[in-house]
Amino acid sequence: MSDISTLLAETCTRLFTDLVTADSLRAAEAGEWPGDLWPALEENGLTRPLVPEAQGGVGLTWQDTFPILFAAGYHAAPVPLAETIVAGWQLAEAGMAVPDGAITLADDQTSLDLAGSDSAWHVSGRLEQVPWAGSADHILAIAKNDDQRKLVLLERDRISVESDTNIGRDPRGAISVSDASPAAVADLPNGFMPAPMLLFAALARSAQMAGAIAGVLDLCVEYAGDREQFGRPLAKFQAIQHQLAILATEAAAAQTAAQYACRAVDVTPRASLAIQEIATAKIRTGEAAGKAAAIGHQVHGAIGFTEEYRLHYLTRRLWSWRSEFGAELLWAAHLGAVITAGGADELWPHITSLPKE
Amino acid sequence: MQAFNLDLCELPPSAAALREEVRAFLGETLAEFAVAGRARSWVGFDGDFSAKLGARGWLGMTWPEPYGRERSALERYVVIEELLAAGAPVAAHWIGERQSGPLILRFGTDDQQKRLLPGIVAGKSFFCIGMSEPNSGSDLASIRTRGVRADGGWVINGQKVWTTYAHKSHYMIALVRTGEAGDNRHAGLSQFIVDLSTTGVTVRPIRNMIGDEEFNEVIFEDVFIPDDMLVGEEGNGWQQVIAELAFERSGPDRFLSSFGLIVEMVRRAGEMPREKQSDRTDIAIGRLVAHLITLRQMSLAVAAQLDAGVQPVVEATVVKDLGVAFEQSIPEIAHELFGVSPRLDGGDDFEKALAYVQQANVSFSLRGGTTEILRGVIARGLGLR
Ligand SMILES: Cc1cc2nc3c(=O)[nH]c(=O)nc-3n(C[C@H](O)[C@H](O)[C@H](O)COP(=O)(O)OP(=O)(O)OC[C@H]3O[C@@H](n4cnc5c(N)ncnc54)[C@H](O)[C@@H]3O)c2cc1C
Repeated sequence: MSDISTLLAETCTRLFTDLVTADSLRAAEAGEWPGDLWPALEENGLTRPLVPEAQGGVGLTWQDTFPILFAAGYHAAPVPLAETIVAGWQLAEAGMAVPDGAITLADDQTSLDLAGSDSAWHVSGRLEQVPWAGSADHILAIAKNDDQRKLVLLERDRISVESDTNIGRDPRGAISVSDASPAAVADLPNGFMPAPMLLFAALARSAQMAGAIAGVLDLCVEYAGDREQFGRPLAKFQAIQHQLAILATEAAAAQTAAQYACRAVDVTPRASLAIQEIATAKIRTGEAAGKAAAIGHQVHGAIGFTEEYRLHYLTRRLWSWRSEFGAELLWAAHLGAVITAGGADELWPHITSLPKE
Repeated sequence: MQAFNLDLCELPPSAAALREEVRAFLGETLAEFAVAGRARSWVGFDGDFSAKLGARGWLGMTWPEPYGRERSALERYVVIEELLAAGAPVAAHWIGERQSGPLILRFGTDDQQKRLLPGIVAGKSFFCIGMSEPNSGSDLASIRTRGVRADGGWVINGQKVWTTYAHKSHYMIALVRTGEAGDNRHAGLSQFIVDLSTTGVTVRPIRNMIGDEEFNEVIFEDVFIPDDMLVGEEGNGWQQVIAELAFERSGPDRFLSSFGLIVEMVRRAGEMPREKQSDRTDIAIGRLVAHLITLRQMSLAVAAQLDAGVQPVVEATVVKDLGVAFEQSIPEIAHELFGVSPRLDGGDDFEKALAYVQQANVSFSLRGGTTEILRGVIARGLGLR
């Protein structure tokens, strides 16, 4: 980790520890925008770590950004930080200006239509399941223009939102636009078969999940040390120890998988070449998420099922993030098809040749 | 916040050329080696093959001059992962190279090193692990094999069991009780290098459930061990065994022993007529590969720490526990995908690999420490005990 990345990670942890509390989570989940957390993140450059300095960002690598996303997951930060980080980076990569404020993104490649020309563009259509729809200031999406796909940046006040939430209780609504003029339009970088938003938001979700799993582990270790039954702490029961050992191995695997994919994005000549590593990360963190949430709740007993106790802020998000931007199913089908098509004898050479530099 | 240190590691630039060299060697040397043999992975025993590896300088690579070649642990990692991926028959030298040699390097005398290490490096001198006994498995500290002082050495009586390839090895590193157990039961243990041709040593193979003779019982009746065959310090055996187990548990052998079966699963999936192929096979194979890629990175992270002189005991245990769970899941997945009942003779390569792995599988979470014991080690790492 570079010095600046260590510094940002520390700042992040401090801000989340101070500002993401049981009260603030409850308020955010009731629909209140965390008005003190978001500006603090922006002031510290935490919302655009991947944007080059020349474009007003910090210019970090994905590896150096990992701790920020991890911390956001660990604290269940109720803000579109991951979305803004990925969208800002995509905008910068496409040579577009990165607006202030929160930016979200949509991975649907077929539902928006773009008409017009460079002098005046118009977007129409409907996107389902957009994270933080209605809260973010901008939405980065893909629109079809004849047989081309283009990146379009939409402003919040040009769209109508049907609010909904995922089970993490983060906003996730449908948006509609009708002949709206986008804030900006750019060509989609070449060579993307899955939408770049799908790919890189999947990576961001993997890093968040690794963080949230680590959060579940820490809560469990603390709780098992405090709570006593039969005259001793739960932590002294072998059955509990073994469940937590499994949880710890899953946490370690999730973190490794997500970090490995971040590094792959950094070292491949084109970020989109890291698709297999990102698939690996999303599959592995997703599986770990399911196990971690189950063990976390079992070890906590009834208290973990209450509104008051913090565990569910993490576990509900894990269940949501796991299926957002491609569940394990989607990514495993992709990875498996690549491997099968490559042939049995190429399996090992293939694995050892990743990441493609 | 981060329970374990598993920082990603990058292979050194020299790794790529070394990998190609090993692949070319394996392609040639194992051209005729059948899948059924490869499926046995690091249990396959072939002394001639080990000697060939020795001649190439691929054994004891990381050891200091004049024994080894002072290459990095990551270069060694590349060699052993290539051997495992190819299902090479490495058992003859495996234990000596993986743990007995490093143990002797760390705790042994100059004289022991001079006498024993060149044979390991040459792939000609084979070692086995004498820890388990009939009444001491997981509870290793309870062993009863006893060493009693005698003129110029020790006299040993007792019995070891499950000793892999004792019947084909030259030496055993035996854990023996030489003194009182003390309060924590870990005192009074010592390690000896036992020349298995010594009078009073009886080695008897125990046929395993697959029908193979791999592990043994080894009986010591008044076996005289000269002083210069004590490893490290008298009474320090427990600490030494812990260090040895870190070598034993850290490697890619803990998640690649069924790799051959995955290869045959991919082959079978690819050969299915297009209309019979489904997302189901892709998804299952994609998941397996995601696990494999992740485990490899975790295992490399452990190797990098060993290279840096750290003893990643808990991290190595994490990788072994996950690795074994992964390996053990493979026949189940093969069964779900293809539903084939493998035959012992006949059948294609997939069936042959499945036949072996399906049976051998159950031993993976026993050898090298059971799952339950490993989870106890991890729980201690978490501060729970
Ligand atoms: C193929 C193979 C090769 C081997 N090679 C060698 C070798 O070369 N050298 C050598 O020394 N040994 C070798 N072993 C032995 C191996 O190390 C032991 O099998 C292992 O340590 C377990 O001991 P055990 O078999 O006596 O089982 P036990 O210790 O009796 O355990 C039986 C079951 O009880 C569980 N158990 C035991 N204690 C506890 C506890 N405290 N808490 C919870 N559960 C517990 C175990 O996890 C296991 O599930 C080999 C074993 C196999 C299968």
